[in-house]
Amino acid sequence: MPVQGVKPKIAPPTLWICEHCDTVYHRRELACGEVARCARCDAILARHHSIGVRGMLALVLTAMIAFVQANIWPIVTLGLNGQMISTTLWGCIVMMWREHTQVVAVIVACTLFFVPIGKMLLLGWVLLYARTGRRAPGFRLAMVTLYRIGPWTMSEVFVLGTLVAIVKANMYFDVIPDAGIFAYGVLMLIITAFSSIDVRRLWDLTEERPA
Amino acid sequence: MSTLPRASELGLIGCHVCGLVCRDIRAPDAACPRCGSALHRRKSASYSKTWALLIAAFLVYLPANLLPITRTVSLGDVDDNTILTGVVELWVKGSPYLAVIVFTASIVVPVLKFFALGLLLISSRRRSQWAQRQRAKLFRLVEFIGYWSMLDVFVVALLTALVQFGFFSQVEPLPGVVFFGLTVVITMLASMSFDPRLIWDGREFDD
Repeated sequence: MPVQGVKPKIAPPTLWICEHCDTVYHRRELACGEVARCARCDAILARHHSIGVRGMLALVLTAMIAFVQANIWPIVTLGLNGQMISTTLWGCIVMMWREHTQVVAVIVACTLFFVPIGKMLLLGWVLLYARTGRRAPGFRLAMVTLYRIGPWTMSEVFVLGTLVAIVKANMYFDVIPDAGIFAYGVLMLIITAFSSIDVRRLWDLTEERPA
Repeated sequence: MSTLPRASELGLIGCHVCGLVCRDIRAPDAACPRCGSALHRRKSASYSKTWALLIAAFLVYLPANLLPITRTVSLGDVDDNTILTGVVELWVKGSPYLAVIVFTASIVVPVLKFFALGLLLISSRRRSQWAQRQRAKLFRLVEFIGYWSMLDVFVVALLTALVQFGFFSQVEPLPGVVFFGLTVVITMLASMSFDPRLIWDGREFDD
């Protein structure tokens, strides 16, 4: 949220401040694979970026494709006495809503659908412009929103949850994993690849240009 | 250790949202010149917010564990499961390895969060210099593993949607799962409102 307040001067961009303990360091270039850690608290200050803006955009687009597939294809099918039942993510959400656990339906919908899709769209939008070093319209709001919603995606937990559900269901039913779970597996790999990327470096990689 | 300068000693302030390093003008309504977010030296009211959320989380954690989270009805047989009995069932009939993972995510992680955040709050408030590095690592661990507790909630959602064989077999969610989901959300908010810089603020720091 933009605050109308006093704007202090920017210090020279040669410093890092450790987010976990406030220790100040001089910036330096990192070699390939190098990770700078805080000498006081051991938190990560910065990493070498092996993936550039184009690479990030490619990852986001791949994640979007996997996400669409993970959501339209059924995840698992159960069979009992020849009767088959399969479900998608939205099947779970609608069911939880109908079974009077609306709070859970909202949590599931947010952490597995709305926040992930919002994150991918915002990142895609920002990266599309960042390829040429420009800031997209609404860049500031997009970056602040990305920071705020950051921790609320749980797709990788859902993959493990599906595994547990399959094993539990397998005690009593025939279980057939469907295409959706494989799409979720791919999504999980991309999220892992992305987890070491600090999106905030886009602030340094782009410049505000007069319209 | 004492030779490492901290931002407050150099008159600097880092934006919590975009990471920009600014001069600290000590104005109460300072805003980041780059992203426009409010600039704070520390997260505002970190102690009271974190305590409040932690206590709230504990209050919903009790029914989350005591109340059943699912009801399985098969051929007229009704079987209610709490989180713990679900783990035991998985251990006995399914896969012990997976039972260990579920036990960790659903029981160990929330309990660890309560103890860890409580410990961090008390020791930082007393400006303790004991094991600061380890306490800093403990906080990062809590932040990193926190959201995996949602595992059981997703399992219940999937099983409810899948096991709908009418008279033969049916799974329904029970209120325990709502409390459990809320516990995870509130403990995540609690760890987000704790400011790890407080671990390192000695006696000279007053904010």
